[in-house]
Amino acid sequence: MSDSVLYEAPGPRARLRARYASVITGLVLLAVFGWVIYRLAQGGEFTYEKWGPLIDPTNESFTPLWTLLGKGLGNTLLAAGWSILFSLVIGTVLALTRVTAAAWYRWAVVGVIELLRGTPVVVLIFFAYQALPVMGLDLPVMWSLVIGLTAYNCVIIAEIVRAGIDSLPKGQSEAAYAVGMRRGQVMFNVLLPQAFRAMLPALISQLVVVLKDTSLGFTISYPEFVQRGETAIENLGNPIQLYLFIALIFIVINYTLSKLAVYTERRLSRGRKSSATAEPESAATTGD
Amino acid sequence: MQVLIDNYHLYLRGLGTTLQICLYAGLLTLVVGTFIAGCRVAPLTPLRAFGTAWVTVFRNCPLAVVLFFMAFGIPALGINASYFVFGTIGLALYTSAFVCEAIRSGINAVSPGQAEAARSVGLGFGQTLRLVILPQAVRSIVPPLGSVMIAMIKNSAIAGAFGIGGDLYAVGIRQSSAQGEEIIPVLLGVALGYLIITIPAGLLLGYVERKVAIAR
Repeated sequence: MSDSVLYEAPGPRARLRARYASVITGLVLLAVFGWVIYRLAQGGEFTYEKWGPLIDPTNESFTPLWTLLGKGLGNTLLAAGWSILFSLVIGTVLALTRVTAAAWYRWAVVGVIELLRGTPVVVLIFFAYQALPVMGLDLPVMWSLVIGLTAYNCVIIAEIVRAGIDSLPKGQSEAAYAVGMRRGQVMFNVLLPQAFRAMLPALISQLVVVLKDTSLGFTISYPEFVQRGETAIENLGNPIQLYLFIALIFIVINYTLSKLAVYTERRLSRGRKSSATAEPESAATTGD
Repeated sequence: MQVLIDNYHLYLRGLGTTLQICLYAGLLTLVVGTFIAGCRVAPLTPLRAFGTAWVTVFRNCPLAVVLFFMAFGIPALGINASYFVFGTIGLALYTSAFVCEAIRSGINAVSPGQAEAARSVGLGFGQTLRLVILPQAVRSIVPPLGSVMIAMIKNSAIAGAFGIGGDLYAVGIRQSSAQGEEIIPVLLGVALGYLIITIPAGLLLGYVERKVAIAR
């Protein structure tokens, strides 16, 4: 339902009133914003010492800071990339076996999915970091983060894959069986390629969640973006400026990804009669 | 396992603190989220812009960064409070963006004919929303809103990682790092504590979802 259905197309008087109200609310919002700026300025948050390292290339801290943050961002993207890749593979395997295997196995998979979904991701990351070495699996710290994130996201992706397969018309598998394909062939040659297409938007949205969650690497001292920012803050003493910068970068990347997800969704539903895109309740819409 | 049995009161108190954080943050986030959703459908451009900006910022920013901001930014404005308050508010603000979107998509799920009919019998914007749209929208809002709340309960562990102190996650970390207890049982205990909340909540949500589902 478009918002404009909620109220009449305004007449001249309503338009005038709306304009007044707009100006007033605009002024109120600006006043609040201005107050925040004023307080920050009073606290000396707009001085050169605080901003210089971030924006002035001639500042002595500029190059080391940007190198540090750049490496951190690289580590963030690396961990997110591995996590989404492993989640995709494991999630697909989980989804497929859940559809086809014996009942006891199906129940076991459902149990694992419920357990992993109900546990906070930060606990899983910490578990991978602390418990795996005890179990005799000593990995570099990045893999703790990747394992924690994968454990959490693979079950969500398994659900997305299942929804993607379910969203396909039944005729697809019936036709495939009718021309004599075996079960594996039906799955890998007919259903999965289409399911992945339908899932693409949901998968991109999940990437946003993974990217956000890599910031939890700071709890295990993995040198990702936020953790590098913390290190820089210890030396430069400008938390507000640096966190503003970090938040901005995250928002730009994730906003672009979200728009990409919407764009692919539109593209996919355009060339088709039925708009069968997989839309399970993804973590992207719940803030997981 | 002995460590869990010996310290069960610590874990119970941690669970209590976690529930407390979630209760306060949950109430606050419902109020803020509803307000922002109202902004996003309002006929005034500045309010809409504000609502959109709010959702864009809090949806795309990691909760950890939001919490860092609460810890460093708000004191810089001259407002001081305990970290419990900041952590709870940060969690609530972060979640409010998702609450807003759940409410908005619920409103969007009501067929436009309903609003058109309400308008054509002469109801205004407020009346249309209050008497016709929202009562129907609630049915499609409840399931996603429930998922948002469950996600928030899990996210409260991140607030714990920040040293909100005394919540379930923080208790686990203290036990394992500071006191050098066996790590695996401690973390299993912490996970169990969250599962005790999230799994029944999920089951309850599934029940409610079936109950309020509309055959479209």
